Amino acid sequence: MKKLIGAALAATMLTSLAHAAEVKIGFVTTLTTGAAVIGKDQQNAVNLAMKHMGNKMGNLDVNLIFADDGFKPETGKQATDKLVKQDDVDFVAGYIWSNVLLASRKSALDAGKFLISANAGPGPVAGKLCNENFFSASWQNDQTPMAMGEVLNQNGVKSLYIIAPNYAAGKGMVAGVKATFKGEILGTDMTKWPSQLDFSAELAKAKASGADGLFIFYPGKAGGAFMKQYQQAGLKDSLPLYTVFTVDALSLPKFQAANFTDVLGSQFTQQWDPTLDNEQNKRFVADFRAEYGSYPSFYAAQAYDSMFLIKSAVEAVNGDLTDMDGMRAAMKSASYPSVRGEYTYGNNHMPIQNFYLREVVVGPDGNWTTKVVKTVFEAHQDSYAKDCPLK
Amino acid sequence: MDYTLLFVQVLNGVQLGLLLFLVASGLTLVFGILDFVNLAHGSIYMVGAFIGASLTFYLGNFLLAVLIALPITGLVGYAIERLVARNLYDKDHLDHVLGTFGLILVLNTSAHLIWGPEGIAVPLPAWLDGQVELFEGAVIPTYRLLIIATGLGVAAGLFWLVNYTRLGMLIRAGASNRTMVSALGIDIQSLFALVFALGAMLAGLAGMLISPITEASIGMGGQIIITTFVVIIVGGIGSMKGAFIAAILIGLIDTLGRAFLGDLFELVMNADAAQTAAPAVSAMMIYILMAAVLAVRPQGLFPPKVR
Repeated sequence: MKKLIGAALAATMLTSLAHAAEVKIGFVTTLTTGAAVIGKDQQNAVNLAMKHMGNKMGNLDVNLIFADDGFKPETGKQATDKLVKQDDVDFVAGYIWSNVLLASRKSALDAGKFLISANAGPGPVAGKLCNENFFSASWQNDQTPMAMGEVLNQNGVKSLYIIAPNYAAGKGMVAGVKATFKGEILGTDMTKWPSQLDFSAELAKAKASGADGLFIFYPGKAGGAFMKQYQQAGLKDSLPLYTVFTVDALSLPKFQAANFTDVLGSQFTQQWDPTLDNEQNKRFVADFRAEYGSYPSFYAAQAYDSMFLIKSAVEAVNGDLTDMDGMRAAMKSASYPSVRGEYTYGNNHMPIQNFYLREVVVGPDGNWTTKVVKTVFEAHQDSYAKDCPLK
Repeated sequence: MDYTLLFVQVLNGVQLGLLLFLVASGLTLVFGILDFVNLAHGSIYMVGAFIGASLTFYLGNFLLAVLIALPITGLVGYAIERLVARNLYDKDHLDHVLGTFGLILVLNTSAHLIWGPEGIAVPLPAWLDGQVELFEGAVIPTYRLLIIATGLGVAAGLFWLVNYTRLGMLIRAGASNRTMVSALGIDIQSLFALVFALGAMLAGLAGMLISPITEASIGMGGQIIITTFVVIIVGGIGSMKGAFIAAILIGLIDTLGRAFLGDLFELVMNADAAQTAAPAVSAMMIYILMAAVLAVRPQGLFPPKVR
């Protein structure tokens, strides 16, 4: 009898242990400073993903830990260190900013954790510094501006002036547009990041250059500032603006509130749009709007994808988190339902995916949003893949 | 050399300088007269921007919103003086720094709670949203001209206030010997509170003026406060004239550096290296100026005579 009770007790303990089994995910994003608006959007998307998954990946409960990078590389690295050392997470995901990802990647990868970027895609991480445990749920930085360069060619733009912030992503964006744009570059200004928000000197130079078009990359609040100063300078007709990652679902409601109609009709390239026609995207956009009352941004879309990418890995190994090879192979196959539709991974674990031209329009309900104009690239691979020694 | 472009860039520099002056004048008054290091001065600039932005949406008129937001920001400054600053006057500078650094965190978080993290884009009335062609090719946004006019007007007003009014005389007297002033029956506490509120209004005005160009956002104060300290150190702490000249100087150096340094560097190095070096060096230039001034004239370019 005693034995029986003992066995029963042991069995209960085992089941309770199995119940306690969980997958720990750390998500590093920006939760303070003005850039917290992006982090909050990502946080909302991750929480929505958890809701859609019933807070479970396979048979494991999800233990999610958000961490703040404070918009600074050093703080982001500290947050990553804490996640891998103190919390001992299985996956580190997130990273809006390229400089934060570059500062943090070693902490996560050296500890043998999977690192999933939900936004940043600096060149080194795709090339020489690629790693078998790194996966991108977004893009390589250069790809989106490369698509924009192609749009410029198609639009017959002959000469271009470039203004971008002077940090890792800004340099990648400039390299990207220069790689595909066939016309002449009349000037490039790299501005102080993230403190410079007044672009009067740069706009005056761009105007004086007499270029056919102006290309910029200003994520977050700098983008809103640039768009306003561009309008105030009255350059819309003489110097058409081409942007990447500058106008997004976070800035559009603000522009609409301020009745800033110049932004309607502006075009930019991206791998995703809320109108993309697939089941995962429809559910994501509809439920995000119902839950949070606004359109999701591309930051949110990628954060949502990153959770489903991790889920596909956990399910492929039936919750055996020691099977790194199995999880890696599962993620490499990109067999999860992505909101951007199907894509594949290159040898450097960067997506090979479509890029679309998006345009700002008034949505059916009166809210400003975007639609897809056309597909610019199909199954586009970044140019750093050849520098990556992975097979 | 394209002189039209040079002219436009000089105007841009002057405009940036005048905005800096609005923030620096309040800081230099408080630092010079109250001997109080106020790191949170930039946060008052942010609070002013947010109040102005909210009122713009509420009233539907930017200029009216600024006029109403100014006294409100002054009241915020007055409250800060009564609740926080006054208790710190007798302590040393390190306590000022610690106390006002705490205030920065409190004000940033309060703004986050009240207005949310996303910031507010401020619309301009149509007549300010256009451009003015001063002469052939020199097209300036109308709003930037308004900033220049406002900045010059405020500078003139302050000059008159400090030098030709009874209040200004008391301010100057309080700065040189506060014990004597209070012995003569002047309520020095109220005087200091008034100076603090005036400084807050000036910083708030700068925040309101910049928000249609950038936006009202959390942490905007942190970006301007460092440059503002550079301005008052270069100009001489406590000197209104010094703050004015140093602010214009720094506005010009910053703008012209951004505008022309790259081209200058290209004369002596290849384009790629110039493109990388120019933004780094132009970001450093105002600090190089400050270091040079500190080495040659540690008291600043125009130190007040009373000290």
